[in-house]
Amino acid sequence: MTVQLTDNRRVIYRRPDALQDKSTHYCPGCGHGIVHRLVAELFDEMKLTGRTIGVGSVGCSVFAYEYFKTDFVESPHGRAPAVATGVRRVQPDKFVFTYQGDGDLAAIGTAEIVHAAARGENITAIFVNNGIYGMTGGQMAPTTLLGQKTTSSPLGRDPVLAGYPVPITEMLALVPGTAYAARGSVATPQLVGRAKSLLKRAFELQEAKAGFTIVEILSNCPVGWGMTAPASMEHVEKDVIGTYPLGVLVDRAKAGPESK
Amino acid sequence: MSAMATTQLAPKRVLMKGNEAMAEAAIQAGCDAYFGYPITPQAEILELMARRMPEEGRVFIQAESELGAINMALGAAATGARVLVSSSSPGISLMAEGMSYMAGSEVPMVLINVMRGGPGLGSIGPSQSDYFQAVKGHGHGDYKVPVLAPASIAEAVALMADAFELAERYRTPVIVLADGTLGQAMEPVSPAYRDPARLQTDWNLTSTNGEREPRVVRSLHLRPEELQEHNTHLQAKFAQIAEREVRFATERIEDADIVIVAYGTAARIARTAMERGRSKGLRIGIFRPITLWPFPTAELVAATEGKRGILTVELSSGQMVEDVRLAIEGRLPVHFLGRQGGVLPSPNEVLEACRKMVAP
Repeated sequence: MTVQLTDNRRVIYRRPDALQDKSTHYCPGCGHGIVHRLVAELFDEMKLTGRTIGVGSVGCSVFAYEYFKTDFVESPHGRAPAVATGVRRVQPDKFVFTYQGDGDLAAIGTAEIVHAAARGENITAIFVNNGIYGMTGGQMAPTTLLGQKTTSSPLGRDPVLAGYPVPITEMLALVPGTAYAARGSVATPQLVGRAKSLLKRAFELQEAKAGFTIVEILSNCPVGWGMTAPASMEHVEKDVIGTYPLGVLVDRAKAGPESK
Repeated sequence: MSAMATTQLAPKRVLMKGNEAMAEAAIQAGCDAYFGYPITPQAEILELMARRMPEEGRVFIQAESELGAINMALGAAATGARVLVSSSSPGISLMAEGMSYMAGSEVPMVLINVMRGGPGLGSIGPSQSDYFQAVKGHGHGDYKVPVLAPASIAEAVALMADAFELAERYRTPVIVLADGTLGQAMEPVSPAYRDPARLQTDWNLTSTNGEREPRVVRSLHLRPEELQEHNTHLQAKFAQIAEREVRFATERIEDADIVIVAYGTAARIARTAMERGRSKGLRIGIFRPITLWPFPTAELVAATEGKRGILTVELSSGQMVEDVRLAIEGRLPVHFLGRQGGVLPSPNEVLEACRKMVAP
């Protein structure tokens, strides 16, 4: 998709080659579009598109296969890490990633993600956390903040009734099979740039067959949260990050093999 | 072929346990990857695969659950690999989700169910109480999968290669439905191993290598018309399977007054009852479905025409008997003898039930 320009104007921003030329179904202001773009930019830069098999999940990102120019397999709700395990074990030279939301990965798919990490599967989980079940109408997720109102916690999440937000990425960072676990966000332009570098490190470690890698991206859900898009991003920056601190939770390749 | 050549080619006769025989037959049939989870009475399949698959340089994973196993199978099979999963009844229930997805997204795979007693945790004894589950769809949605039911260890060996072949020919999961007796028993076998030829495929995920359009393996079709079209396509495929792939066996049916319909271990018991009955002048024959779906409906009708009655024998409270009655449509009396929970009927009980059918 090289754009030919007749004068001396320069292209500084365009659709990554790894993305299809399609409008997405995501709601206006949703962070999924940004995360898709970051992943696709890295596919271009690291020349991964032709070697990649994507593993979809259930939730708002269920149609991810419509947007990436890679082979894709759909999974039942929560099972993407098991499906990705199957793909990667019989196609050991491919790049394999899952793209999952927080309902998918941190609730129904808890066993699958924990054991994919425990086995040190050479896959990357791209985990987009917006603290809500967006696709089904904004119900409470395991990651919903305390006090947050959703359609299934109408008075706000009460820990006595509904427990506490699950820090699943911290939990996964404890597992020796996890080579890399990090949390970023797409709430501000600076954070978008930082999130891309976290994803890049995870992709490089998968290429090095270092083990399981996961990057959690704190994102938004303006429709489910009942906020404007800018207000929702501000909410991520001001409130969500307080519960889910950003940073590299573990990088065992950097720390050296002893830390395994 | 000369007698000499036949002798040389004949496979060695060995004593094999059913579970191990099915596992080894799958390996010899070119199985690329196996995923399982421990459950009685099929754990020997997992154990043999744990040793043999790495020896062959192939993939073995003991999954975190049956959900994990069936979804690993989905991923591996979506790439075109030849994949086996095994479990027993409660584990098979957990796999219903993955089976529905695989049927919907047309991913070939073979699943062995070594049935135990249910419902719930039930017992670890031999049973045939998962007939409905296997034959009537298993998971959610409008679908069927071929179900092969061996009645001996030698047949189980032969059916493993057939199962992979059917799975790949029709892009569908296939169930091999055995029971605890077949899994646990040992029999002398001359294993007829076979590695079916691989088909040319244009749907499986191998990554584009920048040389083709991306492929997607999915069961999601949100537009109602699109999903209807997909289901119509699936139903046409099922009709084709039903037309072409029916398998059954009969024994001494020509002069029989009574026909016993039974599959798997129940058919073995029925055969002893038949022999004892015949030695006492009671003319019994056996009709044994090998494909439980597609059920040999027309074949059963033809085989039982003019007979006095049918006795269906199952290790269940009566599941296949419903398909027998649907086939017979009241033309003949259809009786039922079943035992549950791991209890086997004795040949004499079966014989007694036959005798009652012809008693004046």
